[in-house]
Amino acid sequence: MTQREILQQSPQALIEKYPFLSAFFEGQHWMSKLNPEQSLADLFALIDDEHAEDHAFDVQDFINQLMDFIAEMKVFIGNETFQVHQLSILPGTNKSGEPEGFEKLVFEPRTITSIVGPTGSGKSRLLADIEWVAQGDTPTQRRILINEELPDNAWRFSGNRKLVAQLSQNMNFVMDLTVREFLELHAKSRMVTDSGDLIKRIISAANELAGEKFSPDTAITALSGGQSRALMIADTALLSQSPVVLIDEIENAGIDRKKALEILTGEDKIVLMATHDPLLALMADQRIVIKNGGIHRVIKTSAEERTLLSELEQADLKQQQMRTALRSGAVLQRDMYL
Amino acid sequence: MNLVTISGPPSSGKTAVILKAAENLKKRGLKVGAVKFDCLHTDDDLAYEKAGIPVKKGLSGSLCPDHYFVSNIEAVAAWGMEEGFDLLVSESAGLCNRCSPYIKEIKAVCVIDNLSGINTPRKIGPMLRMADIVVITKGDIVSQAEREVFAAGVYAVNPGAVIMHVNGLTGQGAYELSTLLFDERTKLDTLKGKKLRFSMPSALCSYCLGETRIGESYQMGNVRKMDIKNN
Ligand SMILES: Nc1nc2c(ncn2[C@@H]2O[C@H](COP(=O)(O)OP(=O)(O)O)[C@@H](O)[C@H]2O)c(=O)[nH]1
Ligand SMILES: [Mg+2]
Ligand SMILES: [Zn+2]
Ligand SMILES: [Zn+2]
Repeated sequence: MTQREILQQSPQALIEKYPFLSAFFEGQHWMSKLNPEQSLADLFALIDDEHAEDHAFDVQDFINQLMDFIAEMKVFIGNETFQVHQLSILPGTNKSGEPEGFEKLVFEPRTITSIVGPTGSGKSRLLADIEWVAQGDTPTQRRILINEELPDNAWRFSGNRKLVAQLSQNMNFVMDLTVREFLELHAKSRMVTDSGDLIKRIISAANELAGEKFSPDTAITALSGGQSRALMIADTALLSQSPVVLIDEIENAGIDRKKALEILTGEDKIVLMATHDPLLALMADQRIVIKNGGIHRVIKTSAEERTLLSELEQADLKQQQMRTALRSGAVLQRDMYL
Repeated sequence: MNLVTISGPPSSGKTAVILKAAENLKKRGLKVGAVKFDCLHTDDDLAYEKAGIPVKKGLSGSLCPDHYFVSNIEAVAAWGMEEGFDLLVSESAGLCNRCSPYIKEIKAVCVIDNLSGINTPRKIGPMLRMADIVVITKGDIVSQAEREVFAAGVYAVNPGAVIMHVNGLTGQGAYELSTLLFDERTKLDTLKGKKLRFSMPSALCSYCLGETRIGESYQMGNVRKMDIKNN
């Protein structure tokens, strides 16, 4: 649409045409007492200097912002170039300036990469490089490619597209909403219309992860630690815009970690997971070893490690069964649990 | 010299973010100075000093802090150039969401935090709407979904801005921000003749001028009345 055409439209007609504009118009205080069925040109005519000054309103600025917004949203909605089929890192250097120990590190949707290394070794920098789609312009000199190409600048600068979603231990819900209201709000911000089914799926996925079930009408701030984490994971898997999910240690308590990873990979996420728990680290397809600010090594999970993992899982299961048995007052016996 | 104005609601993380960004610039050998504008009191100057950043502070007292800012920024910028700073950062508490004095051709950053409530981006007005860069802080405390909802709210109000997440405690994102704050090619000589991005309300009533007595007969100048009946 040209500026001329836009001026002939009313806010209401524009919102009907582009539902995503409702959030934009809600932020336009100068309009709040005016009739949204009138054309923008007519509305502008109603504004006197005092009104304009009160709201620091400038017609041309407004039109520019409106047109930018429409143009950008059109680019984003359903655009193939923002689908990530592959993310790769080209090596830079560690803190001492030595080259990193890999040639090209590739991440694909539905795969898990674990990240190991002491705290302060450079995990946050690695994450930041991905998030900023580094182009040799960060302290590590790494370069990030998306779909084997130089990425679109929008990944870096737009508030509406972020490459990485983050799940970490110390996150809380702070909004005063029920689970359903909360998910509706998130869906609305993502321009998902008709979110009913999706919301049901998220809640049932979260309930599967958490053991103790919650209803859509529970306040999010009243959820237990395990339930909150389960909801955050299910929501991130099904509703987050970001193709990459970084998990910073998942505690063993209150949630089924294996299922959590399955939900994320099932939704085509690229999963990165910082952990030192062998049960998690070995679930990954590959792991990155970080040392002295650089990627020291990339290791594919070996067949032997996979065997080890299933032994560990059995031992873990045994422990859980014993815990349940103890709780119900049983006497434990050596051959009871295999 | 580069000049950047940073504003945002009190406690949104302005000082924390500036300190983390400055750390990164100093590592590159750049010289950073700061000025803090506030109303009655600030300790931020101590925080800057402690970090080895030369600082001036301006307290507006009974004046509108933003009007005070405009009357003083030119002299402060001149000080910054004398000191040979590569970057001078001006921090002002956005006490008056309406005024927030952004200057044309001078990079304007608005800092706003995830905890301030989902409707805050819509309420905050020109300070957010006219910024070039919006920094969102305190993402470490809230969920991924809340971060996305909040950022979408910011985006709807200011679609043209660069929107960044920075953690004022760990400094995550501060390196990236620092690369946007300083640009080698920018050479500011003087602020004289530059213009505000929008006019400030000409709020001059008798109370602006020190009147303390309440009552119709004491009110002069630019007085505006609520419409109580049709409210
Ligand atoms: N958790 C958390 N706290 C932060 C963050 N940024 C700032 N803070 C804290 O918020 C408080 C206010 O920060 P300050 O920089 O003084 O805010 P200002 O008034 O805008 O300058 C301080 O206690 C900071 O440590 C952040 O990203 N995460
Ligand atoms: Mg401060
Ligand atoms: Zn003011
Ligand atoms: Zn007054």
